Amino acid sequence: MSKKNPEYDFKWCPGCGDFGVKRSIEMAVEKRNIQIEAPMENNVVVAGIGCSGNLVHLLDGAQPFGIHGLHGRTLPVAFGVKMGNPDLNVLIVSGDGDFLSIGGEHIAPQAQRNLDVTAVIMDNAVYGLTKGQSSPTTIFGEVTPSTPYGKIESALDPLDVYLSLGVNFIASGFSAKPRELAELIHQAMDYKGFSIVHVQSPCPTYKDTFEVLKGNAKKEIAPLVYDVPKDYDSTDKQKARELLGKGGIPLGVIYQNPDAQSLDQRFREVSQKVKIRDLEAQVGAFAI
Amino acid sequence: MANKDFVVRFAGEGGGGLVTSAELLAQVTAQVGYHVQTYVTFPSQIMGGPTFAQARISTDPVLSYGDDLDVLVAFDREAYDTHQEEVREGGVVVYNSEDFQLEADGKSFGMRIDELAKSTGNARAANMVLLGAISHLVNMPENYLPEFVTKRFTRGRSGDEEIIKANIMALSLGREEAKNSGFSLGDLADPMPPRGDQIMIKGNDAIAIGAIAAGLDLFVGYPISPATTILQYMERNLIGPGKFVYQASSEIESINAIVGGGFSGRKAMTSTAGPGFSLMSEGLGLAWMAEIPVVVVDVQRGGPATGLPTKTEQSDLLAALHPAHGDVSMPIIAAGTVEECYHAAILALNWAERYQGPVILLSDHALSEQAQNIPRFELDKVVAEKRKVYQGQNGYERYAGIGVSPMPIPGGPGAYVANASEHDGVGDTTHLPNRHIDMTERRFSKLKLLEEDAVYERENIDERIAVMTWGGSKGATREAYNLMTSEGSKIAWYYTMQLNPLPPKLLEELKEKDLVLIPELNYLGQFSSILRSKGVKAESITQYDGKPFKVRDLVKAITGRVQSHDKELVQV
Repeated sequence: MSKKNPEYDFKWCPGCGDFGVKRSIEMAVEKRNIQIEAPMENNVVVAGIGCSGNLVHLLDGAQPFGIHGLHGRTLPVAFGVKMGNPDLNVLIVSGDGDFLSIGGEHIAPQAQRNLDVTAVIMDNAVYGLTKGQSSPTTIFGEVTPSTPYGKIESALDPLDVYLSLGVNFIASGFSAKPRELAELIHQAMDYKGFSIVHVQSPCPTYKDTFEVLKGNAKKEIAPLVYDVPKDYDSTDKQKARELLGKGGIPLGVIYQNPDAQSLDQRFREVSQKVKIRDLEAQVGAFAI
Repeated sequence: MANKDFVVRFAGEGGGGLVTSAELLAQVTAQVGYHVQTYVTFPSQIMGGPTFAQARISTDPVLSYGDDLDVLVAFDREAYDTHQEEVREGGVVVYNSEDFQLEADGKSFGMRIDELAKSTGNARAANMVLLGAISHLVNMPENYLPEFVTKRFTRGRSGDEEIIKANIMALSLGREEAKNSGFSLGDLADPMPPRGDQIMIKGNDAIAIGAIAAGLDLFVGYPISPATTILQYMERNLIGPGKFVYQASSEIESINAIVGGGFSGRKAMTSTAGPGFSLMSEGLGLAWMAEIPVVVVDVQRGGPATGLPTKTEQSDLLAALHPAHGDVSMPIIAAGTVEECYHAAILALNWAERYQGPVILLSDHALSEQAQNIPRFELDKVVAEKRKVYQGQNGYERYAGIGVSPMPIPGGPGAYVANASEHDGVGDTTHLPNRHIDMTERRFSKLKLLEEDAVYERENIDERIAVMTWGGSKGATREAYNLMTSEGSKIAWYYTMQLNPLPPKLLEELKEKDLVLIPELNYLGQFSSILRSKGVKAESITQYDGKPFKVRDLVKAITGRVQSHDKELVQV
């Protein structure tokens, strides 16, 4: 939707982190289109269900193709879109509930396949669209409408999960730093393989974590986010494990595997190697 | 009079040997011009368990797998006990006397099958020993089998000659054994070879070839009995420029992936069975809502839940019609024979392209494993339809108006959002009441396009009572119908693969009947309940034991229903 659509009545709340993510995606896609001289229609945004998924309807300027499917199924849909036409740039927009809870089962297979798509995950540690219930990244003990006596399961560590599942490009961003985030998304789209940019994107309505993330010197709140050190080697998986073990939320590229081949490259290689009989010969194989 | 038809069953502990025996017998007889059909059933385990495979050989096209056995080959005691009752009066049991002994009963004789095979120098020739014995029992001309063996094992390898020699020796050893037993079933009538080239193929392979012939580009599936061989066929063959095939991590992934593939402009398909089909419900709703062409093949097995993975049933019809929540009506094509599996797959892909939405192809376990001789597919006669693609400017309303509209393809003009939520013309989410009314009507209006090529079979249409089966029960029902009408029964025949939407004229004709009898393999009487909801006086003849209908049972049931209907009329 490039112009305001009077019929479309979904709105993000004022101050929502997803505004920053949207701006970052617009910048990154535009930069990529110019860089590789690709038209906007070569981009497909695959959206999940939740506040984050509505991003596909809110993009400004020239419109990419979009598919706004079912809750939790962005990765399978993106799998079909990308392998249906490997020339497309496929971008997933999803949240902590959609991607890590109901959709969690789909991460490992795409990591092993190294499907060449980029997932931008907007993590607000809450189910916003259904009004504030706990999500996989909600911290232990948190009181929400669905955990009225405090959450009794521990919070999932998404970056650690991605690394363990074999995701080949992992970046961590913050919606309050849209330029840096745009750069991470651009790098992720450039990467030939499965890339996830996990974004801290706070929900001002149900769980305002801006202060916790950024810190506040006056209130003596230490920031949770910090930039990965300049000399950090993101191609070293062991270093990535150590970084994630330190606590806090590092921002930047956490890990990238420089050697992995993408699924479409692997499939093309096999296709070129094997000789398939034409259909008439296939039928002939059943001749009596 | 010479026999025009005989049925041989091989029964014992599971494994490939029994199936190979039945298929070899089918091959050899098909090659000289007989019509054949095999039937296989086995437990859901990798090795072992009671299995049987059988072949029916006939001078006429074979419609069903055969009610009674002319020959039972029992490899062990359990197989003998289980199956010997199905041997017809005057039939013969050949049993493996290395495994067990029977008292002389006037219909059985033992053979030391493995020992005879070993004596040829080729322990794997046991199948040939049996085929030799069977060839004597039905008095098959002596040259058929040696010619078949010579052809089969002439593969340009150094050991060919030795293998051929051992197998021919096995054939004659088996033949001698049977001859010495003194049993014979009489002469086999000469074949009446069908015209034109024939192939021997199973239902699942026919579906795979039909789909590829119709231009399938992308297949994603998950292993599940009895649909797995479709996935395997695709994994071997759906490779090349613009093609993609993959084994998914679940059926949820399969359905969403083919929706993605359909969205990106490809002809996309998956295959599954009951449990997987259930998991695909929500994704089918997505394809319906976002108007994306996809084909889902459901090779039905016994249900519900995990049910009977390796037995046959026709109990997914209601689930196929309304798999998803909300207002949906899925187009359904049900294949009734191995040959129809091929045509149904072509039609399913064409329908999906034409109306831009999901299409369900129903098959079943019995068809999936059934090898049959059918005319060779004429690939040059296939008409593969392609969806209308949008070629105009950007700013297009993809979902405007009633009926189907050209579909934009990523990479081309007309970017929109394919939306699973209710949406406006460009695909943005909306909650306006009028939009939901318009879009709901738009989606249902497209089904009209599938009535354009409505076809159905009709015979004896002036009769007041009709028989109309669906899917894999077609063969047995047709054989029952042929038998009954040849003996003077006054019944009409109707049949179609197009279960939804039903051909409108067919529906009109059915509504005129006093009674429409529907043989179907489920408890609920699913198809008749659909027909009754449309105003047809339909009644089911049901069976739900995991096996296909026997012709004899159908004749009895249909006759009974016709008689009680006539009695009611008299009372009135």
